[in-house]
Amino acid sequence: MEHASAFERALKGLALALIVIFFLFPIFWIFLVSFQTNEDILRIPPSLFFTPTFSNYQALISGKLATTAGNLDIAFMKNLWNSVLLSTMSVAVALILGVPAAYAFARFKFRLGEDIAFTLLSFRFAPPLLVLLPLSLYFQQPGLIDTYAGLIWVYQLIALPLILWIVRGYFEDISPDIEHAYRVAGHSWWSAFTRIAVPLNGPGIAAAGLLAFIFCWNNFVFALILASAAKQPVTVGALAFVTASGIQYGQIAAAIVLSATPTLALALYAQRYLVEGLSLGAVKG
Amino acid sequence: MAQLAIQNVHKSFQSKVVLNDVSLELDRGEIVCVFGPSGSGKTLLLRLVAGVETLDSGSIVLAGQDVTDAPPERRGVGMAFQNFALFPHMSAFDNVASALTARRLPPILIQEKVHKIAALLKIGHVLAHEPRELSNGQKERAALARALVADPKILLLDDPLRNVDAKLRYEMRLELPPLLKNSGATALYVTQDYKEAMAIGDRIAVLIDGGFVQVATPAEIYREPATIGVARLFGDPSINLVPVEPLIRPEGLTVHFAGCVLPIPISYESAAGRACMLGLRPEAIMVDAAPSPDTFPIHVAAVTPLNEKTLLLLRTHDGRELIASEAGADEEPRRHGPAHAHFDSNAILLFDAESGERIAPREP
Repeated sequence: MEHASAFERALKGLALALIVIFFLFPIFWIFLVSFQTNEDILRIPPSLFFTPTFSNYQALISGKLATTAGNLDIAFMKNLWNSVLLSTMSVAVALILGVPAAYAFARFKFRLGEDIAFTLLSFRFAPPLLVLLPLSLYFQQPGLIDTYAGLIWVYQLIALPLILWIVRGYFEDISPDIEHAYRVAGHSWWSAFTRIAVPLNGPGIAAAGLLAFIFCWNNFVFALILASAAKQPVTVGALAFVTASGIQYGQIAAAIVLSATPTLALALYAQRYLVEGLSLGAVKG
Repeated sequence: MAQLAIQNVHKSFQSKVVLNDVSLELDRGEIVCVFGPSGSGKTLLLRLVAGVETLDSGSIVLAGQDVTDAPPERRGVGMAFQNFALFPHMSAFDNVASALTARRLPPILIQEKVHKIAALLKIGHVLAHEPRELSNGQKERAALARALVADPKILLLDDPLRNVDAKLRYEMRLELPPLLKNSGATALYVTQDYKEAMAIGDRIAVLIDGGFVQVATPAEIYREPATIGVARLFGDPSINLVPVEPLIRPEGLTVHFAGCVLPIPISYESAAGRACMLGLRPEAIMVDAAPSPDTFPIHVAAVTPLNEKTLLLLRTHDGRELIASEAGADEEPRRHGPAHAHFDSNAILLFDAESGERIAPREP
């Protein structure tokens, strides 16, 4: 590749630029739209030049949506908080359950082990709607419907298999001899797990956790059916912008910007972990 | 009382038997090398003693205490793994100290012990480094230090010189025996290299196909190998083996060899009439210029000078190839072509062709 001519390099640059524009343009456009009024947005032909306004953000943050048909109360900030709460708690629960389980699946061969692991994975291929109908009936009885606990529980369908299978792979890549060495040195299996296996797997667990967080954050259908307005995350809450007097494009764009920011920030922050020396060079490979 | 007693240990994986009725005892302060070809179960034996694997039946007694069912952390052993198995996220100091922290020793004592062992193993200057910053030799030494630092009841060394370069290997072969002796450790040392086993072990336990074939001192193993298999494993180049049938004749016990009738010591008379394998170490075959009653004609096919010795490839009249080794390199290279050879009849080994076991000469 080092012999590529200037022309080839320019061509490559152009191709990369096109790809970046293709993927990032919608995000850029939404970002612009979030600073426009509905009139600006719906103007034909669309224009890059407009007077920026913070009214969309104002409406979202204050919870007062001014439409032509009058003022509407929206719970966007509440929804955002619900999203943070549900996703964080779901990932936390999934990590607490999934990491030890992944370790067990990676290190020990036990009866039905593979079957259990595969069953958990199969939750990912089942269409959510198929599960939801019976689930909503089951949830009525113990009063789990429309509770955070119930939602976090259901979110395990998303987060747990993901964490289990990703983290299991990372555990399998670490030589068990490192843990054996720690135990021979006189430490219990529990400290070998917490002091050796988990820290060595840090990047893997972070990657799995991040991915699970994004999947939980983006979930729509579970919360739509199993929760009422007070417990719904932003994905469902965004429906409120489809009002009687039209679709509030500006607010939708602002909501997208606000709700995508946490996951984006998290992804950018965790990027370091994800690429950071996965192979640490203690074991000659 | 033995420091370590491995008693009738069996271990199999699924239907494959890896260790079959293995027993071995180590005295306090003794270094025993477990030597054998790869796949013979050497590493597994070590892991069973460490408690990292569980055995199917039999028992392991450490310093008078039955530890068969004890988890690794309760056994008080030190182990150096073949792949070093250092903790990548801890400094060399913490790696070595890990064997002491579990015992809740005061930090000052831990400092002192780690620095002492590090100085002994010449890694004092790299204690602050993480494993990835260490050279292979330093990793090796750090792993050894970690195994030694807590004065283990037994030291288990799993082919520790496997992953280091040749120069360091020679260095460590010289350095290790006095180091282990001075530390007073009882050690079980696994190796695939017979020279290492001979250099380091007080005794060598030869493990072939999941069972000990011979447990003896290095000199005994070399001079009196229990079976053909053992004889083949020790020696470079390996032993020459020729099928013979000793016969008693008027002039004494003889073998028909390379087209000649040659005498062997009468002390082997119990082998008369049996199908045998004659084992000749390369250094027991001498090439002479002139024929004599003890010599047989040969053809020198190749000469390989190796400075400290010269290897000769000899071809006998009946088409058999033998390798002879002469000490030193000749000033004037030995010429190829026809010559005569004889063997040192006191250095021969005789094995039963069927069982492979050595036929011991009658004591004089």
